[in-house]
Amino acid sequence: MLSFNLLVLACLSYALFLFAVAFWAEKRAERGQLGWLRSPVIYTLSLSIYCTAWTFYGAVGYAARSGIEFATIYMGPTMVMIGWWWILRKLVRIGRTQRITSVADLISSRYGKSTTLGVLVTVLAVVGTTPYIALQLQSVALSFAVFGVANPGGLVEPDLNHTALWVAAGLVLFTILFGTRNLDANERHHGVVTAIALEAVVKFLGLVGVGIFVVWGIGDGVGDMLARIDASSVSKVDIDGTRFITLTILSGAAFLTLPRMFQVLVVENAEERHLFTAGWAFPLYLFGMSLFVIPIAVVGLDVLPATSNPDMFVLTLPLKYDQQGLATISFLGGFSSATSMVIVAAIALSTMVSNHIVMPIWLSFRKDGATVSGDVRSVVLLSRRLSIAGVLALGYFYFRLSGGSEALAAIGMISFTGIAQVLPAMLGGIFWRGATRTGAIAGLLVGFAVWAYTMFLPSFGEAAGYSADLLANGPWGVSLLRPQALFGVMGVDPVVHAVVWSLALNTGAFLLGSLVSFPRPVERLQGAQFVNVFEHTGSTRSWAQGTAEAEDLLVMAQRIIGASEAQTLFHVEAEAQGKQGYLPDATPQFLERLERELAGSVGAATAHAMLGQIAGGIVVSVEDLMAVADETAQMLEHSSQLELQSEELARTARKLREANEKLTELSIQKDAFLSQISHELRTPMTSIRAFSEILRDGGQSSEPMDPASLTRFSGIIHDEARRLTRLLDDLLDLSVLENGQVSLNWSRTNLHDVIERALDTTAQGLEGQDLGIERNAISEHIAIETDTDRLAQVFINLIANARKYCDADVPVLRISAQRLANDHIQIDFIDNGSGIPKHKQNMIFEKFSRLTDQAKAGGAGLGLAICREIVVNLGGSISYLPGQGGAAFRIDVPRVHHKGR
Amino acid sequence: MSKRVLLIEDEPNIIEAIRFILSRDGWIVETHSDGATAVAAVGKKRPDIVILDVMLPGKSGFDILRELRCDADHANLPILMLTARGQKKDRDMAQAAGVSAFMTKPFSNSDMLDAVNALVSEQQTTPTVADAPSDE
Repeated sequence: MLSFNLLVLACLSYALFLFAVAFWAEKRAERGQLGWLRSPVIYTLSLSIYCTAWTFYGAVGYAARSGIEFATIYMGPTMVMIGWWWILRKLVRIGRTQRITSVADLISSRYGKSTTLGVLVTVLAVVGTTPYIALQLQSVALSFAVFGVANPGGLVEPDLNHTALWVAAGLVLFTILFGTRNLDANERHHGVVTAIALEAVVKFLGLVGVGIFVVWGIGDGVGDMLARIDASSVSKVDIDGTRFITLTILSGAAFLTLPRMFQVLVVENAEERHLFTAGWAFPLYLFGMSLFVIPIAVVGLDVLPATSNPDMFVLTLPLKYDQQGLATISFLGGFSSATSMVIVAAIALSTMVSNHIVMPIWLSFRKDGATVSGDVRSVVLLSRRLSIAGVLALGYFYFRLSGGSEALAAIGMISFTGIAQVLPAMLGGIFWRGATRTGAIAGLLVGFAVWAYTMFLPSFGEAAGYSADLLANGPWGVSLLRPQALFGVMGVDPVVHAVVWSLALNTGAFLLGSLVSFPRPVERLQGAQFVNVFEHTGSTRSWAQGTAEAEDLLVMAQRIIGASEAQTLFHVEAEAQGKQGYLPDATPQFLERLERELAGSVGAATAHAMLGQIAGGIVVSVEDLMAVADETAQMLEHSSQLELQSEELARTARKLREANEKLTELSIQKDAFLSQISHELRTPMTSIRAFSEILRDGGQSSEPMDPASLTRFSGIIHDEARRLTRLLDDLLDLSVLENGQVSLNWSRTNLHDVIERALDTTAQGLEGQDLGIERNAISEHIAIETDTDRLAQVFINLIANARKYCDADVPVLRISAQRLANDHIQIDFIDNGSGIPKHKQNMIFEKFSRLTDQAKAGGAGLGLAICREIVVNLGGSISYLPGQGGAAFRIDVPRVHHKGR
Repeated sequence: MSKRVLLIEDEPNIIEAIRFILSRDGWIVETHSDGATAVAAVGKKRPDIVILDVMLPGKSGFDILRELRCDADHANLPILMLTARGQKKDRDMAQAAGVSAFMTKPFSNSDMLDAVNALVSEQQTTPTVADAPSDE
């Protein structure tokens, strides 16, 4: 017999292998070398998380108990994939355009970004999925037990509870490691998906392997097997037609609404066309998985003792014939089925819990809104991680509580029915413009209540107060409310009863609620977006122009989607608007786009609320409502043309406005330039002339001046003369740089050395206060071809500025360097002072644009102008980086000198 | 009795120079470097004469001059304006704002002394200047 220890070892090495595969896929994704990892095959395989341990072990048990009825759980999804393929396509399209993160997000977003609906669906999903997770833990524990029973002499005595606990802990670890690497739930979890695809292959091999062994190893080929099936009790089971159809529809509904299925179908979908492949490949996979279920069940019933659990035939059959290898593969297949389901379900649920429950609560606790300090990302990630652990803990406790019910299929049905309650709101939402939030809430609440009353709570039996008396006579003797014979409908199978009543009442409440209530403006807009997703993809105009400060938005965006991502987004938008720098105008279009980006991280409702706090509420104009109310294709086309034109006009106007502003300012500056020069020259000359006259008069007068004054006054003359020289040097330098006549000394050097040198030079300066320097020396080691002296001059200037102007109590300058993809180097100098006021940011690189008084500055205000000229001459750019908390300058220079610039 | 002069200027070296020149001549020299609070400083120190720079942090010398002239207390106060720009339009602007005398940097020490002394003696010989408000 296979030693139980060996099995544990095999299981552990398999788990380690999965970790390695996931890690490898993540690494490849980071390097952008996904290749076949994002192929339609992987997508199809990842869909196979539909086949959980329930289908792996439970299908055989199901077949042994109820015959061909097990096929319903395969037929539902097959019908959806083939027949309702267009629903999937619509869901995927909506998911991508609206950056949907979960089922709860879909429902919440469709019905006016409603927080209530988000919470409701999340709760429903958690309650509905918990039994399912318990089921997976149970099946893994049971399968271990099968080996343990077969080999009682093992060193480790299998204990169901301990096994389940260890499995749960391992799954928490894996899911947190690979499921919460990045915040944007809309980004793919490549590691997880790859590991799941691998598991899909393993479970397929496991089940098909056992099937082949059963048909050709134990039996005598196909003919013999057919004869055996005919003779078996399995084929004698009567098919209840109603039940069969109900279960098929239920499976199809669950396929669409299960959080984990939505995760792989929509959220993890990389390309819409992958659906085409999955449309035929996934049904094939399901067919393969179901092909040998009946033979295994028949042979199992035949050859194994009557006491053995049919749910474990897949394992006990190979073991009986001492097929150790096959049993192990089959065991790993079951293990794979369970783990992959739990991992994806935990990711999906944690996204929902953090986006729809934790974030709204967190936001409401922070009265001053999303602009407060602190990293929102860490809050979201932490809440996701805790949610994952919480979801698995719930599953484990359900497992302990339900006492390991023998029939896996029953638990699965409960779970399916619960989560299928989302279906009316989902389908209504994407096909019916008239569906409203009130209707969706009513439907969900009614469906949830009926399901809990007729199906979920009864599964706990006496523990939940469902005594035989209650079942027979109803609560307080009201027979109309009997949990399994509502309103006097008797003699129906309990599952059919629960499914039909819950979904029927749910749909009724949904329709009625939608018809009697009036949608709010945002609902109308979102409804149009969802229902007509193929006709017009893009802008609902729900934000008002110009109430938000771009800098506030940038600060918030940086905290949610990360600094560099946010900066890129803002920079690209600013350029598209024809502006420079990082602060685009907060146009409605931009707010719309930003909201979608944020929604990818924290969900639609939260993103909307956060943005609303900054942008100050949404404004839906009469025109928008008119457009929504009766838009014809013609109107749409016409208006989109107009929109394009007006966008173009707006862009040109913006460019012109900016150019004009700049010209006006420059002309004023040019005017001021001469008088500035005059002032800068005359000021030191005043001191020089006055003191030299004093010294001269002192020499002529009868009483000579004391030596101390003499030294002091000549010292002042000397200093001021040097100041004059420095000013002239700067002016000449600037003039040479501006005319492009400068000869640069190109050489190869290490950026680290240049920064070192600049820091050394500025450390000797006496001006200013002590300045702490924060830097990552390792990342600075970049080979660069540049004019070392000139680059150092720029650095020295920025460091000296920070030393002079940073007004923090403990001034710190952060210097960070990184190599960009386009072979440029980006060096940031960010201090922790109060920064540069927004209206001055445009002008700081101009000549003589000194912000403070001259006594403090001690220069002529040419430093940054010279910096800009140098960097431009080096082929790069320098810009002020807003929203960093202090004064922040970003230098971008090419790493290699291209001749002929 | 010594006369008191208030020097409103922000360049430390120029302050030192003027202080030296005037105190050698028997003046009591007080200084103020911030434009924003200059008017209040004049009201508090009540000098016999003010020397006012144009380019000051916080508020320009022209604005300070206008505010002082609006106040009846300082309508006749002798004010010598110093500027390092020395363009004609600056001089015109100062004149319009009611300056008593105007000097361009750099200046000769003796000119500075003469100007200050002249302004004070002018003030003493014509005590009824207040009757002729400068509203041109």
